[in-house]
Amino acid sequence: MLEGIRQAIFEEMDRDPAVVALGEDIGVYGGAFKVTEGLLARFGPERVIDAPIAETAIVGAACGMSYLGLRPIVEMQFIDFIACCFNQVTNFVAKSHYRWGAPVPMVLRGPSGGGVHGGPFHSANPEMYFVHTPGLKVVYPSTARDAKGLLKSAVRDNNPVLFFEHKFLYRRIKEELPEGDFTEPLGKAAVRREGSDLTILSYAAMMYPALEAAELLASEGIEAEVIDLRTLLPLDRETILASVKKTNKLLIVHEDTRTGGIAGEIAALVCEGAFEDLDGPIARVTALDTPTPYSPPLEEHFLPNAAKIVAAAREMARY
Amino acid sequence: MTATLTRQQYLDLYYYMQLNRQLEERMVRLFRQNKIVGGLYSSLGQEAIPVGTAYALEPRDWLAPMIRNIGALLVKGFKPRDIFTQHMAKYTSPTFGKDGTSHFGDLKVRHTVSPISMLGDLIPVMTGVAMAGRYLGQKIVTLTWIGDGGSSTGAFHEGLIFAAQQRAALVLVLENNQWAYSTPVSRQSPVKDFAERARGYGIQSRIVDGNDVVAVYKTAKDAVEEARAGRGPVLIEVKTMRMKGHAQHDPAEYVPKEMFEYWKARDPIALYEKYLTENKVWDAKTKSEIDARIERELDEEQKFAEESPLPPPELAEQGVYCEEGCHTITAEWQRPKEEVMPPRSSVEAVWRVDGFEVAEKLTNGSKQAVSGGNGSKSPKPSARPATKVTAKPAAKSDDDTASAPRVPFGRGPKDKSLRQAAPQKQGRR
Repeated sequence: MLEGIRQAIFEEMDRDPAVVALGEDIGVYGGAFKVTEGLLARFGPERVIDAPIAETAIVGAACGMSYLGLRPIVEMQFIDFIACCFNQVTNFVAKSHYRWGAPVPMVLRGPSGGGVHGGPFHSANPEMYFVHTPGLKVVYPSTARDAKGLLKSAVRDNNPVLFFEHKFLYRRIKEELPEGDFTEPLGKAAVRREGSDLTILSYAAMMYPALEAAELLASEGIEAEVIDLRTLLPLDRETILASVKKTNKLLIVHEDTRTGGIAGEIAALVCEGAFEDLDGPIARVTALDTPTPYSPPLEEHFLPNAAKIVAAAREMARY
Repeated sequence: MTATLTRQQYLDLYYYMQLNRQLEERMVRLFRQNKIVGGLYSSLGQEAIPVGTAYALEPRDWLAPMIRNIGALLVKGFKPRDIFTQHMAKYTSPTFGKDGTSHFGDLKVRHTVSPISMLGDLIPVMTGVAMAGRYLGQKIVTLTWIGDGGSSTGAFHEGLIFAAQQRAALVLVLENNQWAYSTPVSRQSPVKDFAERARGYGIQSRIVDGNDVVAVYKTAKDAVEEARAGRGPVLIEVKTMRMKGHAQHDPAEYVPKEMFEYWKARDPIALYEKYLTENKVWDAKTKSEIDARIERELDEEQKFAEESPLPPPELAEQGVYCEEGCHTITAEWQRPKEEVMPPRSSVEAVWRVDGFEVAEKLTNGSKQAVSGGNGSKSPKPSARPATKVTAKPAAKSDDDTASAPRVPFGRGPKDKSLRQAAPQKQGRR
C-alpha cells in the first residue's frame, strides 16, 4: 500500500506544480516510513518542505498556502500527532469554506492504526474526531489500489481531506497496481464480497479479518456480504442501505474504540433508512474502550480479529 | 525610517482612524438597541495601530485582522456596511450571516484572510500565505496582529518558529494593550517588552508607540520593506492601551482609574489632530470636511445595514463543502512553472551541516552564560541556518543509511529489503 501512496504523491506533483508537500523529516530522510523517499531529490526544497516539529504551524501554513491556490499534502509523522493541531484542523481549516467561502484544498495524511505494538501514542485511529467535524472529508483505504486512487482524488478535491494510512498495511499487503493515472471517487464504498445472509461493514486494516471471517462463515453455510467503506465522511449511505435491504442483517467492524465509533452512526442511519428490513439487532465488533496497550497479549485482546467477528456473526445467525 | 508621506496620505490616516472610531461609536448605539445580535469589541484608543500598519501595505499584500483591527479592513478597501452587516448578522454581510464581527475576508481582490476566535492561529496561516506567495513569484508581504494575551499561545510560538525558519515575508504586529481580558501584562509574563521574544526566534523586532500613527506607519513600512527584501519576518511591538473592557458587556472595573486617565491624555486621534494642525497639514475647514464626509458615508452605510434582511433559515445548510464548481481554484503564477518542475527542480538531497563544532565554545563560554543572567553574553547563534539542502553531489553509501537512526517498527533504512528496493523505485521515475 505504501507504494500506491508514493505513486499518487509523485504523480500528482508531476502533474500539477501547485501540489507541494510539507511535514517533519519528509525531505532528505524521506519520512519516518519512507513514503516520501526520493521526493525531495525530484521536486526540490521549494516543493518538499521539511518543517520543524510544530504541527499547528505546519497545518496552518498549509492552509495559508491553499488560499493562494496551492494544493499542499501535509504528512503527520504519526497520525496520533494530529491531536497537536486539532484546533487548526477543526476550527480554521474545516470551517473556512462555510464561514467565508474560502476553500482549503489540502490533504492531511499520515500513518494510523494499531497491531504493530506502537503503544498508546503510535497506534491511534482518530478518525471519528474528524468525522464529527463538518467541512472535512475523511478517507481510510484498505488496498493499495484504493490508496493510490483515493489519494489522487483527495489532492484534486477542493476540500480539506484527512487521509488515514493504516501502517499495518503499508508493507503487508501485496497487489498489482494498474499502470498510469486513475482515481477512485471519494464517498463511495466498495463491495468486496457478495453475500446474502448478512452484511459485514468495515474499513482499513479490519477489512482483512472481516474477509477472513466471511470465508470461515461460508464453510458453515453463512454467506456474508463484505463492504469496504473507504470514505467515512461523507458516508456512502446508498450502498450501506442497499446491502442491508438485501441481507437483512448488519455487523459493523472497526478498529476504532467502541463508544462514539462509526458503528453507532451507521446503526442510526440504518434504523432511519432500513428498520423494516432488519431481521435482527445490529451488531458491532470493535476495539475496547481503552487506550491502545503496548504489550502484545494486551493489544491482541484490545483489537478485533476474525475469531471475534465469526463469533458475533454466529450469534446473529440465531435471529 | 525613510518613509515619507504626502499631504493626502496624512489626511488618509486621519480619515481611516476617525472612520474607525465613528463606525464603532455607532455600533455601540446599535448594540444598546439590541440590533447587534452577538458580541461587540472596541478598538477605542488603538485605532492608530490597524490603520497605520495596514496603510504600509501595497494592494497585492495580504493581511488578516484580529477583532480590534476594523481600521485595517477599512484601509484594505472594505466598506463600513460590511462591518455593520456582519455585526447585525444580515444576509447582505460578507458571510451572509454565517459568522459575525470582523470574521470575514476576500481571497481574490482585497487579499484578506478571515480570523478565527482562537488566538495565534493566523500566524502560521499568514506564514503559509507568504510561503505560497514566494513560491508563485508574487513578491508579497503578509501582515497580521496579535495581542499581549494571544502571544502566550502555542500557535504564536510555532508560527514564529516556522516563519523564521522559512524566512517568510511576514510582519507580525503585537498590540500590547496591557490587558488580556481582565489580566494585566505583569500577570501574564515577566517579560517587559514582548519584542524581546524575537531574539529567541532569530528574527528582527521593533518597539513603537502605538498611539502615534505616523510612528506606527513608518515602523510598519520599514518592516514591510525588510520582509519584502527577503530578510525574514519582523515582530513589531506596539505599546498602547485598551480603553474599554474586553467586549461591550465588560465594564473593565479591574483597570485602575489613573491608568485610563494617563492613556486618555494620549488618545491617538486627538494627538494626531494636534500634529496635523501644528505641522500645518490641514486647517479647521479640511477637518470639518473630512468629518462631514465620514458622517455622510456612515449614515448611508448604516441605513443600508439596518434595512437589510436577515438570511433565510435554509442557508444554514449550505456551503459546508466546496462542490460542483462553487469555486475555481487557481494559482497566480508570476514565475515560470518549469522552475519548480523536474528536471529543473531536481536536487541531490543531502544535508550540509555547518557550524556544528560548538562544544569548545560552550565549555569556554558557559561561565559567562550563567553569570550573564538574561543570556546577554551567551554565544550568539549563527546568522545562517545551520543546515541547508545543497545541489552538490555527495557520495551516498550503504554506510550512510546503515548508521541512520532506527525507525519505529523496523521499516526504516535498517530494513534491508527497503534499502534494496529503493533505488529501483526511483529508477522508474
